[in-house]
Formats: sequence, structure tokens, C-alpha cells
Amino acid sequence: MEFFVFVCAALMVLGGAIGVVLRPNPVHAALSMVLTLFGVAVLFVAQEAHFLAAVQVIVYAGAIVVLFLFVIMLLGVDRAENLRTDPVTVQRPLAAVIGIGLLAMLAAAIASSSDALQSRGPGIATATLTGDTDTNIRELARAVFSDYVVAFEVTSVLLVIAVVGTVILARKVKGTVAS
Amino acid sequence: MAELVWLIPALPLAGFVLVLLLGRRLGEPGAGWLATLMVAASFAVTAGVFLDLVSRDEHDRTEVVSLFSWIPVGALQVDLAFIADPLSITMALFVTGIGTLIHLYAIGYMHGDPKFSKFFLYLNLFAASMLVLVLGENLLVTFLGWEGVGACSYFLISFWHTRDSAATAGKKAFVTNRVGDWGVMMAMFLAFGAVGTLSYAGINGAAEEGVLSSATATAIALMMFVGAVGKSAQLPLYLWLPDAMEGPTPVSALIHAATMVTAGVYVMTRINPVLAHSHDWAPTVIVIVGVATALFAASIAIAQHDIKKVLAYSTVSQLGFMFIAVGSGAYVAAIFHMVTHAFFKALLFLGSGSVIHGMHHEQDMRRMGALRTLMPVTAATFIIGWLAIAGVPPFAGFWSKDEILLFAWDRAPWLGVLVLVAALMTAYYMTRQVIMVFFGEARWDDHAEEHGAHGDHRPHESPWIMLAPLVVLAGLSIVGGGLNLPFTKDLHFLESWLHPVVEAGERSLSSGTKDLKLALAVISAVVAVIGIVASVVVYGLKKVKAVEPAVLERGWYYDRAVSAFMGGPGRQGFEAAAWVDAKVVDGAVRGSGGVVATVGAWVRRAQSGLVRTYAAIVGVGVVALLVWFYLRGVL
Amino acid sequence: MNAALLAEIRPTSTWYLLLAAVLFTIGTVGVLVRRNPLVMFMCIELMLNAVNLSFVALARRLGDLDGQTVVLFVLVVAAAEVVVGLGIIVAIMRRRQGATADDLAVLKG
Repeated sequence: MEFFVFVCAALMVLGGAIGVVLRPNPVHAALSMVLTLFGVAVLFVAQEAHFLAAVQVIVYAGAIVVLFLFVIMLLGVDRAENLRTDPVTVQRPLAAVIGIGLLAMLAAAIASSSDALQSRGPGIATATLTGDTDTNIRELARAVFSDYVVAFEVTSVLLVIAVVGTVILARKVKGTVAS
Repeated sequence: MAELVWLIPALPLAGFVLVLLLGRRLGEPGAGWLATLMVAASFAVTAGVFLDLVSRDEHDRTEVVSLFSWIPVGALQVDLAFIADPLSITMALFVTGIGTLIHLYAIGYMHGDPKFSKFFLYLNLFAASMLVLVLGENLLVTFLGWEGVGACSYFLISFWHTRDSAATAGKKAFVTNRVGDWGVMMAMFLAFGAVGTLSYAGINGAAEEGVLSSATATAIALMMFVGAVGKSAQLPLYLWLPDAMEGPTPVSALIHAATMVTAGVYVMTRINPVLAHSHDWAPTVIVIVGVATALFAASIAIAQHDIKKVLAYSTVSQLGFMFIAVGSGAYVAAIFHMVTHAFFKALLFLGSGSVIHGMHHEQDMRRMGALRTLMPVTAATFIIGWLAIAGVPPFAGFWSKDEILLFAWDRAPWLGVLVLVAALMTAYYMTRQVIMVFFGEARWDDHAEEHGAHGDHRPHESPWIMLAPLVVLAGLSIVGGGLNLPFTKDLHFLESWLHPVVEAGERSLSSGTKDLKLALAVISAVVAVIGIVASVVVYGLKKVKAVEPAVLERGWYYDRAVSAFMGGPGRQGFEAAAWVDAKVVDGAVRGSGGVVATVGAWVRRAQSGLVRTYAAIVGVGVVALLVWFYLRGVL
Repeated sequence: MNAALLAEIRPTSTWYLLLAAVLFTIGTVGVLVRRNPLVMFMCIELMLNAVNLSFVALARRLGDLDGQTVVLFVLVVAAAEVVVGLGIIVAIMRRRQGATADDLAVLKG
């Protein structure tokens, strides 16, 4: 069963990714990204990361992509990009080389450790009817709020900073407008 | 009393300061009397120290007075110290004595000069520097005095600096002396490097104990000799002395006859142990320079017309004699001749000054003549000086020159012969001078109208203040030989007095030469008479035509050769060096900057400003890193 | 192909990791090739997602919940980063309409 799920989700992910890269219209690209994010959420569920899947959909697909679309529409950069040529001629070949190289190295890394990764391992404990293990969200909450509570608090501060900073950054400056 | 040796240079220095502060107010002749008084006081102190040393035992005659620690820097410990020992006190005696007489003379000679007090300022400073030189306990204090007399010589030669020739002569003296000073500095560096101290006691002690290798000793002695060549006007650095006659005559008498030029002989005598322990050929170099200079200068003096230039070349020649003595190991003879030369040469210069003064500043001998009746005292004293320098017994010059001849003959007979030739020439040109100035017919009448300002056109005798020193010096020239008469051992005053200082380097005569003593004395007297007679025949009786070729008058064109060299190849050398500095050295510095700029400009092209290229480079880096990790087996 | 046989194949962690690697590569190439700043940003988000995927796969393999915790934090930080990044892009792009990343070459040496 997981096999089918994997194949479908993988197709979604890769298809969306290729769509992001190849579609000239930024709005189309954003929508392709939604497809990818969805695929990733499905894969999360398949790997018993239920909470994360939910958060993925809510935050990434629901907030971040919406934010992207807002900005695209606000700035009016929704004109299609000319993807036929690249002003920097060396860029595309170089990107190809980098891509192939990167993939090769990552694959080599994964392959060299595949003996350890071939087995399925113990897996994440999921909730059972007997109540020995809590639901994924409870377990995660337990970890976050006890072992990683400092990191948690710091991330909340980070969010505040991000918001405040962006408000200041994106302000319209009164008076002279530097070119 | 000997502890007061530091007063000897201090008094003229105080005189310098006093004249500096009060000279303008004292004016003429107060400033002159003040300066003379200070030098006379210095002479009195010197005499006192001398008597104190005489009263001591022969081997106890050294007193070192250290005023303060001058340079205490690590290994270099130099005190400002003065030494009272036979050699230094002998020098100090005649420097202060003759200095006092010349100061007195100058009060009369510089009468009416607008810069009267300034003259005495410099004279006192000179006296102080010279005394620091001779009384210094170590090379550095001596060098202080050495440089001081060089500077004062410059001031005094170009005293009438509005005259171009005087200013140039001063510069020439200073620059030529500087070349010699390099030698002294090298000697100091070598001495310090080899022995670790600059004091004479240390250096001479090291030489006597054999600590100094003969190569080092040779180097030190010869470098010092280079300094002596500059200061004492030997070949090839003599050319400043004739030009230095531009200065007032008292300056010529004091500096260029009696004191400063003898500094070279003094330092060579001071380091005689070092010279004694050097290679055998080192004294030969000194002898050759001395004898070449003696002959060279004497030949030029024969053809000179200026009364002072004759005496200048004569000084150069007589200094050559002294160096012959030094090179032959006859230090006592060298000092003896130095003292007697100081007497009669100062006398001759002051006498010539009196003649110039009486002739209303005429210096060309061709326009003088028959002055002995008009200036009797000057003439009489000048004649005594002439007899002394010609080497006629029993005047002082005979005895001292004879001593040198003896030691020169002992070293090598050919050297003795050359000394005799030089003595012959000395007698010849000095007689020529006396005849041209004081005898014969008066050649100055035709210029009487030019000096219209004076009511009295005729040459006149000088005032008593100028004549008194002449008389004193004449007396000394007569009896000066008594310092070191050769008859019996008891009469060798100077020799026994100087013995502790020069015993390391003093040569003892071989028995063969001792037998020749009387014969050589007679020969040298005869040679002097021959020279005089020959000159009388040529100039007095006019029986033979005078031979004064232009090459001799122009000093063998040596001066011209030096200027041509410096102006020609010398200048090219300087300009080549300047070119190297501008192009090569500066070029290298600027070039390295230029290379950096060029490389930077070339590398800068990688900065395209595009984010994507930067991202691409980051990507390349990541891939490279991963590949490296993979190859390492870490991946 | 027998569906039942296919159902027997269990995807191992390797598959997930390979998928994440491919996704990462696609994201990298996208950053290098696209000139629209917003699309470049989206490709960066793809790379972040690939990393999240590998974390979760490894968490499952090792049976350790810490991997998922990390993903949670990555998610939060990614959100903050998007906020700030888009703010910057807005601030820059406001002046010029239709500007691309290539027009921001002020750092040219």
C-alpha cells in the first residue's frame, strides 16, 4: 500500500517541482509549488508524521504560497518571463553541471550508506487503542515543550522579529526616493 | 694640580661663551683682550700641570680626569675624560703658548675690521676644540675636538665671507677634511669592534698585549692615517691648505701652521703601539706619502708669488717631514720637529702678516722688495725664522730636521737622500722669499697711487702689539733646539720626557747609523747652505735666470685635475647613483604597487554583481566539497 | 504486473532520501536558471522541503522523534524567512516594474 502512495506522491512532488522551474508565468509556478507541497504532505503522513503533514498544509501551502501570490499580484510581476535565452550565457550549462554533480554526490552518499538504510527500522510509534503511546501530536508536543522549550521560545521571538523587521523594510519612505 | 687638566680646554670655551655674550658690547679691543686672557690663563694652567708631571716619577706621569659618563650605551662606555701625560701636555703647551701670542697679534692685525669680536669668538672656540683634541682620553673625545677644529677652520677661513674665493675656500677645507674624517670614523669602529673600548689606554694596551691581530692593527692605523692625511694636508688631500690662505693671517698662523694641521701627527703618535704591531708595510705607506708630499709641495713652493702661498706649501712639505719621521718610528723626532716648526712657521706667517699689513694688504711678492729698512723688526725676526726653517745651525730647525734625517737614513739610505733633497728645496724657496720681500730693489712704488686713501703710501712697520709676538717667537726659534740636543744623553730632554708614551713604537738606531750622526749633521748643514747660496745666485745676484715653470706654479695641475674629475666622471657617477635610486629603487616600489593594481583589475571581472553568478559559484563550491569528501571516504 | 506483488514492495528510507535529493537538485537548478526573484524564492522553498523530507525519513528509520521536532522548527523558520524575504523583494521591486534579479547588479566590481 505504501508503495502506491509513494509513487503517486513522488510524481506529484517532482511534477510540481519541475513546473516551478519551467513555467514562465510566476502564478503558474506558485500553483505548481502548491502541488509539490501537497505531495510532501502526503509523504509525511505515509511516514507517520501526522502533525507535520497538517502543519505543512496549513503553513506552507496555506500561508506561504498565499503570501507569494499576494506579492506577485501586488508588484505586478506576473508577466511571463522570457525563458528562451539567458543573458548570462554560461549560466545554463553551469547550472546543468551543478545539478548533475549535486545529484550524483547526494546519490553516492545515500548509496554508500544504503546497507543501514535498507531496513525499515523501528519506525515512529503511533497511537494505539490500548493507549500505550500517545498520538503523534502529543508526543511531539511533549518533546517540544520539555526538551526543546528554549528553541521553541526563541523561534517565537524570531517570528516577532521577522514581522517587525518586514514592516520596517517594506515601508514607503517619505521624501526623497533613492534610485 | 694635574687634576685641573680639564680647565685647559674649559677656559677658552668659557672665553668663547663670554665673547658670544659680551663681545658686541666690549667691541674693539676689549673682546680681543678677553679672548687673549682666557688663552693665556689656559697656558698658565698647562704650565702648572706640566710642572706637576715633571715633579713625578717617570712612570707615574699619567693623570686621567673623567668629567662625566658621556655615552653609557650597553657595551659602549665613553666618558668625557681628559688625560694629562707627557705627549698631551707637550701639545697643550705649545698650542696654548703660541695661541696666546697669536691672539695678541690678532688684536693688532684685525684692527678696524667690523667683525672684530666675532673673530675672537671663533679663535677661542678653535683653541678650546684643539685642546679637547690633544687632551682627549679616548678616540671619541679626540674626534669631538677633531670635528670642532674642522668646523672652526671653516668659520675662520671664510671669515671674510663676502669674498667668493674665501667662501669657496672654507667649503673646500671642510669637505676635504670630511673625506679624512671618514678614515677616523672607520678606525673608531674597527677599534671598538676589536677591543670593545675607545680609550687610548685600552687600544694601546690591547696592541701591546698582542690582543689585536696585525691585520686589525694595520686597518686601524691606516684608517687613522687617512684622517691624518686629510687634517694634515698630505697627498692626495692637501689641496685645501693653499686655498685656506684666504683667511686672515693670524688664522693661517694658528691653524694652518702651528696647531690644527699637526693633529694628524699627534694622533699617529698617540696610537704608536697599534702602528708598531701592524704589518711591516704599513709604516712604509706612511713614509712614502710623507716623502712624496714633502718633495711635491716643495717643488710647488718654488714657483709661488703670493707670500702666504709659499708658506702654505712649505707647511705641507714640513708636515711631510713629520710623517716621514712617524713612518720611520722616530716619534720623538716627529714631535720635536712639530714643536720647532710651530715656532718658526708661526713666526714666518705672523711676519708675512706684518708685511701684508705694512704693505696695505698687498700679498704679491713681485710687488715687494727692499723692505728691510722700512720694517726692521719684521725683517729681523723673519730672517731668524728663515734661518730656522732652512736648517742652518744653531737655529731650532737644524736640530729637529737632523733628527728626522738620522732616522730616515737608518730606515733606508735612499730615504735619507730624499730628505736631503727636500731640505735643499726648502732652503732654496725660503731664501727666494726672503730676497724677494726684504732685499733687492723696491718694486712697490708704481702702485702707490692706487692706495690713495692712505696719506702715507710707503710701507710701514707694524704696531708693538704685532711685533711683540714676533720677537718672542724669534727667540724660541733660536733656542728651541735645546729641547733635544743630540750631543749627550743628558740633553735629550724631549726624548726622555716622551719616552713612556712612545716606547712601544720608537725605533732605536742601528749602530752603523749612530756612527754617521756627525757626518749626517754636517751634510745637512752643508745642504742648507748650498740651497741658500743657489737661491742668492738666482734671485739676489741675478746671475742665473730664475726657473719657475707654469706647471709648478699651478701645483702640477692637481687642483684642476681633481675638479675635472669631480665635474666629469665624478658627476656622472653621482648622477648614475641618483638615476638608480629614482628608477630602480623607486621603480621597484611603484612597480609592485602597479602589479597589485593590474592583478586586482583583472580579478575584479569575476564580480559581475549578479546574484545568480554568485549562487552558481556557491553551487560549484558545494559540489566540489562533496566530491572531495567522497574521495576522502568520509561521505 | 501483479498489484498484489507490487503491494509487497515496501519503500525503504533510501527511496525517500533519493526523492529528497532529486527535489533538492531541482530546486538548486531553479535558483540558478530563473530570473524572476519570486520564482527564485519559490525554488529555495523547494530545497527546504526536500530537507524536511529527508529529516522525516531518517526520523522514521531511527525511530527518533527528534527528526520531526527539527522539521517543525525548520517550518517555523522558513515561514519567518519568507516573510522577511518577500518584504525585501517588495522594497526593491516597488521602484521598478518588471525588474529581474539581473537588474540588481549594484555590487558589480
